[in-house]
Amino acid sequence: MQTALFIEQILNGLQLGVMLFLMAAGLTLIFGVMGLINLAHGSLYMVGAFACAAVAGATGSFWLGLAASLAAAAAAGALVEILVIRRLYERDHLDQVLATFALILILSEGTRWLFGSFPLYLDIPPLLQGTVPIPGGSRYQLYRLAIIGVGVAVAVGLFLLISRTRLGMRIRAGESDREMIGALGVDIRTLYTVVFALGAALAGLAGAMVGALQSVQVGMGEPVLILAFVVIVIGGIGSIKGALVGALLVGLTDTMGRFLLPQLFGVFMDPSRAGLVGGAVASMLIYIVMAVILAVRPQGLFAAKG
Amino acid sequence: MAEAVLAIRDLCKSFGALRATENVSIDLVPGEIHALIGPNGAGKSTLIHQIAGTLKPDSGEIEFLGSPVSHLGAAERARMGLGRSFQVSSLAPEFSALRNVMLAVQSRQGTSFRFFKPVMRDATLVEPAMEALERAGLKDRARVPAAELSHGERRQLEIAIALALGSRAFLLDEPMAGMGPEGSKTLTGFLDGLRREAPILLVEHDMDAVFALADRISVLVYGRVIATGTVEEIRSDPEVRRAYLGGAE
Amino acid sequence: MSISRETAINLVLALLLLAVPFIAMQLGKPFYVTLATRMAILGLAAIGLNIALGLGGLVSFGHAAFFGIGGYAAGILASHAFSGQPLDFGLFAVPGSKLMPVIWAVAILAGGLLAAAIGSISLRTSGVYFIMITLAFAQMTYYFAISWPAYGGEDGLSITIRNTFPGVNTLVPQNYFLICYALLVVGLVLFAVLRDSRFGAALQASRQNEVRVASVGIAPFRIKLAAFVISGMITALAGALYADLNRFVSPSMLSWHMSGEFIVLIILGGVGRLCGPLAGAMLFVMFEYILGGLTERWQFFLGLLLLGVVLFARGGLIGLLAGRARHG
Repeated sequence: MQTALFIEQILNGLQLGVMLFLMAAGLTLIFGVMGLINLAHGSLYMVGAFACAAVAGATGSFWLGLAASLAAAAAAGALVEILVIRRLYERDHLDQVLATFALILILSEGTRWLFGSFPLYLDIPPLLQGTVPIPGGSRYQLYRLAIIGVGVAVAVGLFLLISRTRLGMRIRAGESDREMIGALGVDIRTLYTVVFALGAALAGLAGAMVGALQSVQVGMGEPVLILAFVVIVIGGIGSIKGALVGALLVGLTDTMGRFLLPQLFGVFMDPSRAGLVGGAVASMLIYIVMAVILAVRPQGLFAAKG
Repeated sequence: MAEAVLAIRDLCKSFGALRATENVSIDLVPGEIHALIGPNGAGKSTLIHQIAGTLKPDSGEIEFLGSPVSHLGAAERARMGLGRSFQVSSLAPEFSALRNVMLAVQSRQGTSFRFFKPVMRDATLVEPAMEALERAGLKDRARVPAAELSHGERRQLEIAIALALGSRAFLLDEPMAGMGPEGSKTLTGFLDGLRREAPILLVEHDMDAVFALADRISVLVYGRVIATGTVEEIRSDPEVRRAYLGGAE
Repeated sequence: MSISRETAINLVLALLLLAVPFIAMQLGKPFYVTLATRMAILGLAAIGLNIALGLGGLVSFGHAAFFGIGGYAAGILASHAFSGQPLDFGLFAVPGSKLMPVIWAVAILAGGLLAAAIGSISLRTSGVYFIMITLAFAQMTYYFAISWPAYGGEDGLSITIRNTFPGVNTLVPQNYFLICYALLVVGLVLFAVLRDSRFGAALQASRQNEVRVASVGIAPFRIKLAAFVISGMITALAGALYADLNRFVSPSMLSWHMSGEFIVLIILGGVGRLCGPLAGAMLFVMFEYILGGLTERWQFFLGLLLLGVVLFARGGLIGLLAGRARHG
C-alpha cells in the first residue's frame, strides 16, 4: 500500500509539474523574445478556465469548452498585447510590473463582473472519468494521467515548433538579437503578438484542464503564477528546457515534500507535532530549493543569456 | 628599469574556442605611457577588463604595487589605486559631473557607510572633486548632469574621476574615441602631463596620439603580444608592419 | 532662503494630512481619522520601499513580507502579554509586551533580519530575477503564516485591546493618528537624510550604473544590501502600526497584493521622490474610499487608472506638480 501511495504521489507531482510547465513555457517565451515580465499571465489561465466552464456548461461538451478556452485565452492574449503590452517592450521592468499588475485587477474584476462571485464547476469529460490500475495494487484517476499526457505532448510540440518551423526560427532569432530580426524583414509586431497569444493559449489550456479538478474562480491563477515564477527562476529565464526541468522539479518537490516531510519529522517527534512542523516546512520547501539553486547558480539551471 | 607598478604575467582567457588573451605579459613602470595597440578584435578591451577586475582570467597573474590582485574584485582594485576609464562612457547619467567625481572622492576617503551628513555641504568631498574637474578642464560644466555632457566632455569626466581616485596607475580605454581634432589635441597635452603623476596603460586607435605620447608600445594581435618596444622599434618591426601597420596604411 | 517647488508641495501634503483628523472631528466624521491614519501608515511602509526601489532601483515585489512580519510581531507580542504566557524559543523565553516602543523595536529587528536573509540571496541577481525572487520569498512567508496554526493560521490573530504608549491614551483615534503621523515624519526625515548622505550617493549611483560604482572602489552589493535591510525595517515598523490600527493581523498582510500595492503607491506618488509615497498613499486611500463607496467594482477602475498612469503619466503626482527630479 505504501508503494502505491508513493507512486500516486509521484504521479500527482508530475501532474502539477506539467501544469506548471504550460504556464512557465509561455512566461519564459514571452520574456525570452520580448524581454517582458508578465504578471497577468495568471489571469490568462483564469480566462481559459472560465471560458471552458462557461462553454461546457452551455453546450454540455467539455471538448468544446477546451477548444473555447484555447481560443478565448489566445484572443484575450492578442487583444491585451495589441492594446497594452506592446507599449511596454521598451519600458523598464518596473513599468512592466505595474502595468501587468493593473491588468490583473482589470481582468479579475472584469471576470467577476461577467460571471459573479460564485465559483463555477467543470465536470471531467465522460471519456476520461474513472481510474486505471497502477503498480502496487491501487488505482489512479485517468483524467490526471491525461493531463500528464497533454503536458508531455505540448512539451514535444513546443520543442518541434521552436527547432523545426519558420515561426520557431524567428522566435530563436528574436531571442538572440532583437534588431537583427527586424533587419531580416520579419514583421516584428505580428511575431510578438503571435508569441504572446501562443503563451496565453498554453496558460488557458492549463487553466481549463485544472478547472475540472478544482473550482473555477477569480484569483485562481495567482498562486499558479507565482509557482511558475519559481519555476523559471530555477530553470533560467528564457529557456524552455529550463522551464520543463524546473516545472517537474517544483511539482515533484512540492508534492513529495507535503507527503514525506511529516513522516520524516515523525521519526523524531510525536505525530501531531510532526504533522505541524512537516507541513509548515513543506509549504516553504520549493522556495528553499529555489534559494539553494540561486546561491549556487544565480542565473538558474539553464540560463539562456546573461 | 624601475620597479613595475603593474605587472601582468602569462594571462590567458578564452571564450569557448576563441582565445581572447593568450599568454600576455605586460608591465607598466613609473612615469611612462605604455600604449596598447592592435587591430579591432585583438582583445584589447578584454585585457583591460581582466586587469581592472571586471572579467576573470582563466590563468596568469596580475600584480599591482607589488602584490598579487588576481583574487580581488574590481572595487577592491580600484580602492588600491587602479583608475580606469571606459571605452563606452560609463557614468551615473542622472548625477551632475560634480557628483560623479564626488563619488570617487568619497570612495578614496574610506567607507560609504555614512548615513547622515549631506554630501553637497561636505567641503571635504566637494573641493577635491572640483579640483579634479578643473584639472580635467570641466570646471564650468560641474553642475551639468552627465547625460547632458558632450561625448568629449564625458571622456574628460572619466579622467577627472580617475584623478580624484588618487590613482597609482591609469587604465585608459580609447579616451580619444569620438573626439574632434581639437579635443584630441587638448587631451594629448593633458595625458602628457598626467604620466608624471601615475603611469598610464593606454589603449588607443588614434596613431598620431599614440606615437606622440607613448614611451613604449605593445602590439596585440589575436590575443597575443607580438612585439613590445619604443616607438621607433615598433615602427620598424617587420612583423608589426606585416600584421598591423602595413595592412592599415 | 528660497523654497523649491517640490519642498512647498511636500509641506502642503504633510500639513494637509495633519489637518484631516481635526477637520473630521469638527465635521463629526470620526471615520476619516481612521482613513488619515491608514494614509500615514501606508505612506510609511512605502517610504521604506522607496529607499530600495526609488533610490536603489531595487524593484522588490516582496515588501509585504516585511510589512507582515512587523504586523505579526505586534500581534504575537500582544497575544502573549494578554495570555501571560512567555514566548518560548526553546533555549530561552521572553515575555510578551503591550508597549508600543517595545513592539516597534521587535518589529524593526525582525524586519531587518528577514530583509538581510532575503536580500543576501536575491541581490545576487538583478532585473527580472530580482522581482520574481523577492515575490517568491514573500509568498513563502505567506504560506508559512497560513500553515502555522499557533498564531491563527489562515484566520489571523486579533489584538484584543490596542497596545499602549507611555503617557498617551492610544484608544483615542486622534492620539493614535498623531503617533503614526510622528513616525511618518521621522520616516520622511530619515529618507531625506539618507538620500543626501554618502551612503545615498553610492546607492543612487549604483542604480544608475553599477559598473561605475565598482570602478571607483565601492562594492555595490553591500550598499544595496544595507539599503534593502533599512527598507525592510521601515516597512516592518509600518506593519506593526497597521496591526494596531486594525487590531488584527492576518496572512493577507503578507500577500502579494500588498506588495503590489506598495509599488502602486510609489508610482502614483512619484518614484524616488521624498513625498512620493505619502502622496501615493493619500491618493490611493482616497480613491479606494470614494470609488469603493460608488461601486463594488472599484478595483476595475483602479486598474484602469493605474494603467493610464504607467502608460501616460510617468513621474506620478509629485512629478506632475513639481517637474523632474534634480540631483545637485
